[in-house]
Amino acid sequence: MPTRGSDLRGNGRVNFSSGSGMDYFAQQLINGIVLGSIYGLIAIGYTMVYGIVGMINFAHGDIFMIGGFIALIAFLILVSVGLTTVPVILLIVLLVSMAITALYGWTVERIAYRPLRHSFRLAPMLSAIGMSFVLSNYSQITQGARVKPVPPIITGGYTLLEKNGFVVRLSNVQIIVVITTIVLLAIFTWLVARTRLGRDMRACEQDQTMAALLGVDVDRTISMTFVIGAALAAVAGMMYLLYYGLVDFFMGFVAGIKAFTAAVLGGIGSLPGAMLGGLAIGLIETLWSAYFSVEYKDVAAFSILIVVLIFLPTGLLGRPEVEKV
Amino acid sequence: MSAPAPEPAAASSGLNAAYIFKKSLISALVALVLFSLMIGIRTEAGPTGQLVYWTRFGDLALMVAGVFGGSILIELLRRWWGPVTVTRVVPASVQTGLALARRAIAPLLLIFTVLVPVIFYDQRYILDLGILVLTYVMLGWGLNVVVGLAGLLDLGYVAFYAVGAYSYALLATNFGLSFWICLPLAGILAALWGVMLGFPVLRLRGDYLAIVTLAFGEIIRLVIINWQSLTGGPNGVSGIPRPTLFGIPLTPGDNGLAAKLGIEFSPTHRIVFLFYLILGLALLTNWVTIRLRRLPIGRAWEALREDEVACRALGINTTTTKLTAFATGAMFGGFAGAFFATRQGFISPESFTFQESALVLAIVVLGGMGSQLGVALAALTMIGGFELFRGLDQYRMLVFGFAMVLLMIWRPRGLIGHRAPTVFLKHSHAISSDLVKEGHG
Repeated sequence: MPTRGSDLRGNGRVNFSSGSGMDYFAQQLINGIVLGSIYGLIAIGYTMVYGIVGMINFAHGDIFMIGGFIALIAFLILVSVGLTTVPVILLIVLLVSMAITALYGWTVERIAYRPLRHSFRLAPMLSAIGMSFVLSNYSQITQGARVKPVPPIITGGYTLLEKNGFVVRLSNVQIIVVITTIVLLAIFTWLVARTRLGRDMRACEQDQTMAALLGVDVDRTISMTFVIGAALAAVAGMMYLLYYGLVDFFMGFVAGIKAFTAAVLGGIGSLPGAMLGGLAIGLIETLWSAYFSVEYKDVAAFSILIVVLIFLPTGLLGRPEVEKV
Repeated sequence: MSAPAPEPAAASSGLNAAYIFKKSLISALVALVLFSLMIGIRTEAGPTGQLVYWTRFGDLALMVAGVFGGSILIELLRRWWGPVTVTRVVPASVQTGLALARRAIAPLLLIFTVLVPVIFYDQRYILDLGILVLTYVMLGWGLNVVVGLAGLLDLGYVAFYAVGAYSYALLATNFGLSFWICLPLAGILAALWGVMLGFPVLRLRGDYLAIVTLAFGEIIRLVIINWQSLTGGPNGVSGIPRPTLFGIPLTPGDNGLAAKLGIEFSPTHRIVFLFYLILGLALLTNWVTIRLRRLPIGRAWEALREDEVACRALGINTTTTKLTAFATGAMFGGFAGAFFATRQGFISPESFTFQESALVLAIVVLGGMGSQLGVALAALTMIGGFELFRGLDQYRMLVFGFAMVLLMIWRPRGLIGHRAPTVFLKHSHAISSDLVKEGHG
């Protein structure tokens, strides 16, 4: 796999001018929270699937990448058709991207994971790795290997603070990313807590056999879990596209590992934990790039994964797992 | 074939056909939505940096039609294959014959491998391919200690391969140390890293372990890329010395091996030498693994794989057991890395991506997790398969990914065989029914 750096880097359309003191820190904090929201959205997919099926959906990072690509293509079509109202474009792209990516999530589960439901424990994981290769190469073949840049779609922003020539800015893209994340999380939390589907999901998480005996359609519930996770990943992909202005076929791998780190950090299986972990990873990565070195920011993120698992294996909000014989 | 359970056969063939048609139509519709934007539209950065796109509806139609036809075919095949629970009766004589063949295959394969440089002396391509296959056989056997024997899923095995390669490359280019001094050093350094990785992950199980080892492999690669003053960064290390036959170089000069033996020099000598070198290293790995398997530590690895909790209850020190497994596997990875560096003469971080780890892991799983012969055959199949698909360069990884998925569905326990523990209680739950009134055991 080529290593043409295209991971979530801290140098998209982000205000990265040098500065010192609190202003600089405040700017980095904003950048970190925005990046963290994207990670958090991906992390939810990991944590949900792990909670219910007990497997790491290795292909989830690539689902995020597919979401980004579909958003890109939808944008292009809408713009070339002549649509100019930005909010309308954004809404349509969001819905199209969510719908198609959700179908990708469903298909991946149907092809690669469902036949392995009762196989030995490594099988789904290896199948997921295979699926991850399939998805990233699929988009490499269909859309080419080069990075796809997009002109800025949302411009403008607010200056929060200006001191000694250093400006703390909050751009409109950043606001949109954070607000979309919050709205989606609210919808999603309601879905899990209040609806029939959410109850089914929680039941399957506790005991699949018992849930099935009580009339829960386990297969359908698991499918829906993948669908929802993929839809959220699509939103993350679209936000990534808006924020950094580029997509490429390889971006899912590193983003996927980082989002998984976020899920583990927050306590795998816990939904608020995933968001919290995402924010933490986003902040750590941004601050690390800002104060130490940009080159080693991925090393920092991966090291955190290792350190967390040593000292806090259940994560920030996770429940301790009882080992059963 | 353990495909999903077939639906109850419909009453008539007419109903059947309608059912198959409906199912395939749904598949085709799903495919249409999936592919609509990704295949139907192609985007590319134009000359001015502006994105341009063009449509490919022909390809899209072709793909959707392909999915439709494919799902009809699969459905028909499934009908034709019948229910899954068919037991095949094999006559006893055939069975003994098969067992005999199975026992003979390992020595035959070994003899053939030893003879490969003699038979294909003039075919450089086959020799190179042979070296490549043997490198992966060695990596597979090394990883087999960790994954197959100890049951620790390691997705970052390539890290140790990289450590070995860079150890040799840097020691040889900076200090002028010879291959034969560096080889053990590379092994020791890799083993050291194995222990360093082993410590933090001791408490982890299964999937968590996999992700941490993956992160570790990525860390090593990122450090190699970024620590430019030491490793040369993305440019890699070049001018790595070629191996010598214990000090005698394989060069055309006066003190070269050819001159010493009084034969005419040929560049093939070095290839043949490399072939036997990696064969020797691979066989060393195999021999050590087989010997270790009979020692208490090998038994402990297998016990650990079967049940960690029971292992601890029986007083096996899981810490040292896991660490030795990691260290042993890493050491062989380091050896293979050193060999890789000396064979290539040039290494760069490009060679040590996650894809490599996944390939080695796929070899181990395909080979049946713990079976030495299985791993060797799997390496041959995999690398040979990769060579076959060389023509379809960009589709190679796609095929590899699908193969991995299909393999997991079809034969999750490996294509060739599964190695049961070396020792186990033969009559664990077989209590004769006449000893128990109810007959339930």
